[in-house]
Amino acid sequence: MIEGIPMQHLLIVSLFMFFAGVCGFIIRKNMITILMSVELILNAVNINLLVFNKYLFPEQLQGHFFALFVMGIAAAEAAVAIALIINIYRRLNSINVEEVTEMKY
Amino acid sequence: MSFQYTILILLIPLACFLINGLVGMKFKPLLSGILGTAGLGIIWLLSLFTAYTYFFQVGQVNGEFQKIVVINAEWLRFTDKLHIDMGILLDPISVMMLVVITTVSFMVHLYSIGYMHGERGFQRFYAFLALFTFSMLGLVVATNIFQMYVFWELVGVSSFLLIGFYYDRPSAVAASKKAFIVTRFADLGFLIGILVLSYFTGTFDFIALTGSDQSIFASGAAASFMGLSALTWAALLIFMGGAGKSAMFPLHIWLPDAMEGPTPVSALIHAATMVVAGVFLVARMFPVFFFQAPAALELVAYVGGFTSLFAAIIACTQFDIKRVLAFSTLSQIGYMMLALGVSGYGGHEGLGYMAALFHLFTHAMFKALLFLGAGSVIHAVHSNVMQEMGGLRKYLPVTHLTFLIACLTIAGVPFLSGFFSKDEILVAAWQSNKFLFAVEFLVAGITAFYMFRLYFNIFWGKEKTYAHPPHESPLTMTIPLVLLALGSIFAGYLPFSELISSDYKPFETTLHLSVAIPSVLIGLAGIGLAMLFYRRESTLPDRIAASLGSFYKVVLNKFYIDELYLFVTRKIIFNYISRPIAWFDRHIVDGTMNGIGWVTETSSQKIKGLQSGRISQYGFVFAIAAVGLALVFIYFIN
Amino acid sequence: MALNQFMFYLLAAVIMVCSVLTITSRRILRAAFYLLCVLIATAGIYFMLDYQFIAGVQLILYAGGIVVLIIFSVLLTSHISQKFAKPGLARVIPGVLAAVAGFVLSAMTVLSFPFQPSGQPAIGNDMRTIGLQLLSVEKNGYALPFEVISVLLLASMVGAIVVAKKEKSKEKP
Repeated sequence: MIEGIPMQHLLIVSLFMFFAGVCGFIIRKNMITILMSVELILNAVNINLLVFNKYLFPEQLQGHFFALFVMGIAAAEAAVAIALIINIYRRLNSINVEEVTEMKY
Repeated sequence: MSFQYTILILLIPLACFLINGLVGMKFKPLLSGILGTAGLGIIWLLSLFTAYTYFFQVGQVNGEFQKIVVINAEWLRFTDKLHIDMGILLDPISVMMLVVITTVSFMVHLYSIGYMHGERGFQRFYAFLALFTFSMLGLVVATNIFQMYVFWELVGVSSFLLIGFYYDRPSAVAASKKAFIVTRFADLGFLIGILVLSYFTGTFDFIALTGSDQSIFASGAAASFMGLSALTWAALLIFMGGAGKSAMFPLHIWLPDAMEGPTPVSALIHAATMVVAGVFLVARMFPVFFFQAPAALELVAYVGGFTSLFAAIIACTQFDIKRVLAFSTLSQIGYMMLALGVSGYGGHEGLGYMAALFHLFTHAMFKALLFLGAGSVIHAVHSNVMQEMGGLRKYLPVTHLTFLIACLTIAGVPFLSGFFSKDEILVAAWQSNKFLFAVEFLVAGITAFYMFRLYFNIFWGKEKTYAHPPHESPLTMTIPLVLLALGSIFAGYLPFSELISSDYKPFETTLHLSVAIPSVLIGLAGIGLAMLFYRRESTLPDRIAASLGSFYKVVLNKFYIDELYLFVTRKIIFNYISRPIAWFDRHIVDGTMNGIGWVTETSSQKIKGLQSGRISQYGFVFAIAAVGLALVFIYFIN
Repeated sequence: MALNQFMFYLLAAVIMVCSVLTITSRRILRAAFYLLCVLIATAGIYFMLDYQFIAGVQLILYAGGIVVLIIFSVLLTSHISQKFAKPGLARVIPGVLAAVAGFVLSAMTVLSFPFQPSGQPAIGNDMRTIGLQLLSVEKNGYALPFEVISVLLLASMVGAIVVAKKEKSKEKP
C-alpha cells in the first residue's frame, strides 16, 4: 500500500495503459508494434492483480503469484510470436499484417 | 417326392445375373456366355425333371392335380390375416410355364453366343437375360398375387433394360421408355386391382383365391361402384395389368417398337414368355374371373378377339420382318385371351382354358423359332427390311427349313403343333360365341397369308444384291433352331387336356373335324394367296394395295394408334395437365428453393465483409463487444 | 505532497505518456524504447507497492528479456531509419473509439465501485514466504500452476525454435 494514494488512482493508471494497448492493437499494422501493444495489455493486468492483492487482500499472495505466472506466459508468448514474425518475414519479406494473406480464404 | 430343389431353378439364374452383372466385365465375353448358358442348361434339365415328376408321378392324386406349396416364407406382415409371402407354388400351369420359360430361355442363351458375338456389352446382355429369366420364373411360381406383382415389375425392368440394350441408338432408347411407361401405366391398374381384391377378400394367396371356398368374396360381391360389383372392378383392373404386359389393344403400342432390342431378346421376352404373362395372369386368376366377374371375362374375350384381328391386318402391310412377327405375336396372344374369355369351368366346359395354355405352349415354341430364324436372316444380310431380301433359301438352308416349319405351324397345317392348339381354340369359340368364332376363323386365314408373305419375301422372290454373300449362321445359332423346330412339330402331341384344365381334373378331347377342316382350308387358302402374290416378283400386291387406297394407308400406319396416343399425350395431357404442374414445379417449388438459396447467397455477399481477415477489425469488434457486454451486465442487468 | 505521492504521480505520468508514445511513434525502435520506459516505470510502481521480488522479475524478464527480444526482431526485420506511414483514419477512429469507450466505462465503474478491503493483517512477502508458497502443495500453495507454467515455457521454447529455424528441405530436395 502506498501511503496517501487511493487504490483508484493506481487502477486508472493501469486502465489507461490497458486501453492504450487496445488502441495500439487496432491502429498499428506492424506485427512487432502489435506485439508491443499486447505486452502493454498484459502489463496493465499485472498491475491490477498486484494492486488488488495489496489493497484488498493483504493476507494472501494470490495476485502476486498470478502476476508472476502472467509474466511467464507473456515471456512464452513473446518468444513464440517473435519466432512466427521472423518466419513470416523470411517467407513474405514483410511483417505487415495486411499483407499476410497467403493462407486467407 | 420333395420339390425342395425347385428353389434352385430360381437361384441359379439369380446367381448368373449377379456374377455376370457384378464381375462379368472382367471375364472374356465367351466365358460369360458359357456361364449363363450352362446355368440355364441346368435349370432347363431341372424343370423338365420337375415337370416329369409332377405330371406323371406325384402331381395327380385321386384324379386331380394338386397345388403343391414347396416353400412359403412370410416377407411382409400387414395384419394377422394379410401378409405378403414369397414362395414357390407348383401346379399344372406353373410347371408348364417353367418348362416353356427355361426351354426358350436356354435356346436363346445358346443362340446368343453366336448372334451377339463381338457385340459391346456381351456380358451385360447375359446378365440381363439371366435377370429376366429369374424374374419370369419367380412370376410363374408365385404363391400369391403380390409376389407375382413384384416379379411382374422385375420382368418389366429387365424388358426395359434389354429393349434399350443398344442404348446409343435413340430409337432403342425411345422404344425402351415407351415399353416401360405403357406397361407401367397398365401395372398401376394391376396394383389397384390387387388392392381392391385383397381389401375385400383379406388375402393375397392364390390357393385361397382360387379355392372352392367362395365365402371370402361375399363382401366384395356386395359392394358396388358405378353399377359393377367391386370384384368386377378388381378383375377388370387386374386384366388391365395383364393387357399391358401382353400388349392387348389399346395398350399394344409398345410391342412393335420393342423390336429395337436384340433379336434373341425379342424371341425370349417379346414373343415367348413375358408377353404371355398376361395370359398366365388371367389363367391363374381364372376362377375369380369366372365365378365372380363374368362381365370382366367377357371383356377379356372381346379384347382378345379384336386384338387378334386388328394385329393380323396390320401384319399384312408391314415390311420390317421383326415388326411382322411382333404383330403376329399380338394376334396370337389375342387368340389365347379370347380362348380364356370364352372358357367355362370344369371338364369340357373348360376347353378354352386348356386351349389357351396349350396355344401358349406351342406358340412359345414356334414364335421363338420364328424370331430366332429372323435373327439368323438378319445376321446374314444385316437388314430388317424384307424388300432387301429375297432368294435366301440357297444361302441359309437350315434357317430356311426351320423357318418354313414354323410358318407352317403357325398357319395351322395339320399334324404340326399349331394345328392342334388352334383347333382347340376355335372349337372353344364355336361352342360359346359364334361371332368370335367367325373373327378367329378369318384371322386364321390372314395369319397364314402374312406369314407366308414373310416367308416368300425372304426366301423366294428375286435375288437381291448383297454387300457380301450371305452365309449360314454358326452352329450355336442353328442348333437352337433345330431343337425348337422339333418342339414346334411335336409339342402338339402332348396330351395337354390330361395335364392342364381349369379345375385340375384331366379330361378327354377329340379332334373336331367339323371345325378343323374349314380352318385348315382357310389356312391353305392364305398360303396359296401368298404364294400367288410373292413367290415370284409381281406387281399384283402393289396394284391391290393401290386399289385399296386410303384403307391400305391407314393399315400401313397401324391405324394411327400411335399418332392418337401422341395426340392425347402431347396435345391434351402435356398441355392441360403437365404444363400447369411443370409451371407449379418450376415457379412455386423451385422458386421456394431458389428463393432460399438467393436469400442465403445475397445475405452472405452482404456480410462476407465481416470476415475480412483483418486483425485490426477483429480487435475493434472484440473490444467494442466486450465494452458493450460489460455495459449491459454492469449497468442494465442489475 | 509527500515524496512517495510525488514519486507515484511521476511514475504514473511516465507510464501514461510513454504508453501513448509506444503506440503512436512512427519509428519502431523508438516505440520499443518507450515500451521499455513503461515497463521500468511499472517496475517502479511494484517497488512502491512493496513487491520487491516481482519488481525484480519485471525488470529482468520484461525490461531485460522481452524488450531485448523485441529490439532484436526489429533489427532483423526493419530498417532503423524507416518511418511508418501515418495510420489511416479508418484505423485510428475505431481504435480510439474502442479505447476511449472502454476507458470511460471502466473508469466510471472503478471510481464508483465500493471496494471493501478485507482488513486482515498483511502477510509478509519476503523471499522465504514466496519460495515456500510457490513450491507448496498445501493451502496457499502454487506448485501446480508453477509446474504448468514451466511445461508451457518449455513447449513454447521448442515451438519457437521449430518455427523460426530455416527449412532445410527447401535447399536439398
